[in-house]
Amino acid sequence: MTALDLSPADAPPSGLAAERVAKSFGSVQALQGVTLHFPSGQVTALMGENGAGKSTLLRILTGDHRPSEGRVLLDGTPLDLASPIDARRAGIRIIPQEPEIIPHVSVAENVYVGSLPRRSGRRLDRAELRRRITADLARLGFDKVLDPDLLGSELTAAQRQLVEILRALTGEVQTRAIAFDEPTSSLSEHEVEALFALIGRLRDQGIAVIYVSHRMKEIFRLADRIAVLRDGALSGVLQAAETDERELVRLMVGRDMSSLFVRQDVATDEVVLDVRGLTTDDVHDVSLQVRAGEVVALAGLIGAGRSELALALAGDAPIRSGEIRLGGRLLRLRSPKDAIRAGLGLAPEERKAQALFLQRTIRDNTSLVSLDRLSRWRFVRRRDERALAQEYTDRLRVRAPSIEAEARTLSGGNQQKVVLARWLARRPQLLILDEPTRGVDIGAKAEIYQIIADLARAGSAVLVISSELPEVLGLADRVVVMQNGRVTGELGRAQASEEAVLALAMTDDLAGAPRTEPDTPTGVSR
Amino acid sequence: MTTGTASTTEQPHAQPEPGRTAGLGTLLGSVGGQNLSLVGALAVVLVLFGSLNGNYLSWENIQVIAEAVTIAGLLAVVQTVVIICGGLDISVGSQAGLASVVSAMAFTSTGSSALLGIGAAVLVGGAVGLLNGIVIIYGRVNPTIATLAGLAAYKGVAQLVSAGRAQGYVLNDPLFIFLSRGKIAGLPTMVWILILVAVGVHVLLKYTDIGRNIYAIGGNDTAARLAGINLNKYLVSVYALTGTVAAVAGVLLTARTGSGQPVSGSEGLELQSITAAALGGCALKGGKGGVGGTLLAVALLGALQNGLTIQGINSFWQNVAQGLLLVGAVVIQQRRNRERAIGLPA
Ligand SMILES: Nc1ncnc2c1ncn2[C@@H]1O[C@H](COP(=O)(O)OP(=O)(O)OP(=O)(O)O)[C@@H](O)[C@H]1O
Ligand SMILES: [Mg+2]
Repeated sequence: MTALDLSPADAPPSGLAAERVAKSFGSVQALQGVTLHFPSGQVTALMGENGAGKSTLLRILTGDHRPSEGRVLLDGTPLDLASPIDARRAGIRIIPQEPEIIPHVSVAENVYVGSLPRRSGRRLDRAELRRRITADLARLGFDKVLDPDLLGSELTAAQRQLVEILRALTGEVQTRAIAFDEPTSSLSEHEVEALFALIGRLRDQGIAVIYVSHRMKEIFRLADRIAVLRDGALSGVLQAAETDERELVRLMVGRDMSSLFVRQDVATDEVVLDVRGLTTDDVHDVSLQVRAGEVVALAGLIGAGRSELALALAGDAPIRSGEIRLGGRLLRLRSPKDAIRAGLGLAPEERKAQALFLQRTIRDNTSLVSLDRLSRWRFVRRRDERALAQEYTDRLRVRAPSIEAEARTLSGGNQQKVVLARWLARRPQLLILDEPTRGVDIGAKAEIYQIIADLARAGSAVLVISSELPEVLGLADRVVVMQNGRVTGELGRAQASEEAVLALAMTDDLAGAPRTEPDTPTGVSR
Repeated sequence: MTTGTASTTEQPHAQPEPGRTAGLGTLLGSVGGQNLSLVGALAVVLVLFGSLNGNYLSWENIQVIAEAVTIAGLLAVVQTVVIICGGLDISVGSQAGLASVVSAMAFTSTGSSALLGIGAAVLVGGAVGLLNGIVIIYGRVNPTIATLAGLAAYKGVAQLVSAGRAQGYVLNDPLFIFLSRGKIAGLPTMVWILILVAVGVHVLLKYTDIGRNIYAIGGNDTAARLAGINLNKYLVSVYALTGTVAAVAGVLLTARTGSGQPVSGSEGLELQSITAAALGGCALKGGKGGVGGTLLAVALLGALQNGLTIQGINSFWQNVAQGLLLVGAVVIQQRRNRERAIGLPA
């Protein structure tokens, strides 16, 4: 603990603060007695395991939840936040992971929605709108990244976040505090750089920045202070310059973590997946092999076509030409059902949109694709089902009161674990994991890597799509790199390095070739 | 009304304890919050009308109530399945009317063969349901619009083939007499049929992989597809099942009234079935609900209607009460989901 926390005797500290905040949902105590100050002009990182209460704290600070106990103060004055609108009026903003964007109007209109410039009558003043957006984009340094004429529906994940940030910074109310909840999980490298530069400028303007992330590298680059939550309580506040990864992990997990990755050499010569010349609307002439016991990583920038390739392999995109063989058999995929039958499993990228049943229990969500194995005469054997769900919930350390908790009540990272549990439990011949550790804390990451290694040792073939290079390098026996829907190269474990992967991921750009396709957000199905 | 069926866990309920303790807690937990309030409401209605009129709670009157809700109950049970899938079927009443006419006409034209009459009705019902499913899935027509069209069209067909008049007379046939007035173990045959269908659907939803897949489809169709569920097959089958059960309801209508009824007796059943499903805890956007809740709601509606009738309250008021209940149920549901009042509701 440091002296930076509330000291009532002094002049009111400038910035946002939580005072003895507690929050419970039914019998779940999400936060208890959290007193934490977010000083103006500093970046305070918030860390903690999945379900530690980070998002809940942000929601309380930004008026989305009411605390069960305690209060929120701005510059030492208590606030009464009944809704996010109240928080906005007070100058407190949150950049959610999935910003609300109006699909059929332009970026400019999306930014100023609610306070659009008007001419006499109620007609939109387009000239004024253009002048304003050009000026604001230039002022904030976004003029090269964001075209104000794009429609909301055409924006990438990063651009959506930029729109939300612009809303925060161009409103009439001066922004005093701004919170980012895992903002980088769907951004590409250079978008991350742009975001970090922006956060630096926000800090220099005297705004209190709150930054939630599971990525150590980002935390140490950005943060001035690091607050760690554990089981809903504050377990420490540290100066970023005075701590290290090890100490943070100990504060978060309560123990030391030795190695994250499992090194093993169990790849065989038996080809499980054999793709030749696969072409769909989004990927072109892809050839690729994965052997039994082998873990292959698909690397590339966001928009490289990796998720589209995964969906095509899983039977969810029409195949124009080429062949997919699994265990030597030629597959004719008309739907994901065919692919699953043949022994292929895909844990898709976007957990909420593509995988989760929010109203259903952890048990239901986990057993869904294993029901054929769990039932007899179409009747589900409930005891076996519970045992299966319990096993994977325990192994992945899903934080929930029981396997009967509904998925919607779980924290983001725990929801991700449930999606993985579903596919890990099925143990398919070929498992494709699309960004498996997005939003997952470090302890669970280690467990996921262990399970992947176990699967490989048991003879499964694993294809992992990941945008995190350390993960790609740590996990993979072989790295296949894609760009613009094509495979641009393959690296064995010995040759794979960050530089080598990045060079392949940007081959076309480095060669100066025009990009054939616009950047599309990953995970668009069909 | 017999509502002995165990309710589902699909209702929102208090977080179960980690180590589930057997006993009252589990029982209450499995009944669920929504159902608990239905049981409460039903108790209030029974006590209220029971104290106003001594005969209200008599075994005879309870059988009257049960018989009166059977037809609407059958439709409510299948409506529940449709709604769980994320669909809606507002043509169930017209389907029942059409089946009623078909059963009586087939009965007459086959020289009083009750089995052929019933068989023809069920076939037509299944075919009409299948048609609904095909129009929705392969015609890409929104389910509400498609079955709204069905509501009008099937009623029209029933009126065309019957020339708008009640058809035939069936109560000279022992099978139809058994359906309309018979009893098994002291309970009317009709009520047994409802119990049979309800238990069947309940078991299907709750204990089989088919049921799990139905909930999955309504909860998140993209995720269901990626989990290897054949959405088209399921949805078309559910609509076909609905048509089949609606036909059974139509046959019971014929048995009760003694002749095939194109319109009277089946009009308004769509409203009753949707009201019961919504009141019973089905989320209209799909993925949530169960037979237990729906049956409780059917019982509540039936008890209320009968009580009002016994008290001599104008049937117009009964319509008002039903409308209020439907809106009230949905408002409460949205409150529970903490829906914000912005724009059109989901
Ligand atoms: N609506 C809710 N109902 C019940 N429990 C909830 C609800 N929202 C959150 N919780 C619980 O509160 C706890 C804290 O959740 P929170 O989302 O704040 O975690 P987090 O630190 O953001 O985790 P993550 O890193 O996974 O995003 C979790 O145990 C979660 O299950
Ligand atoms: Mg979170």
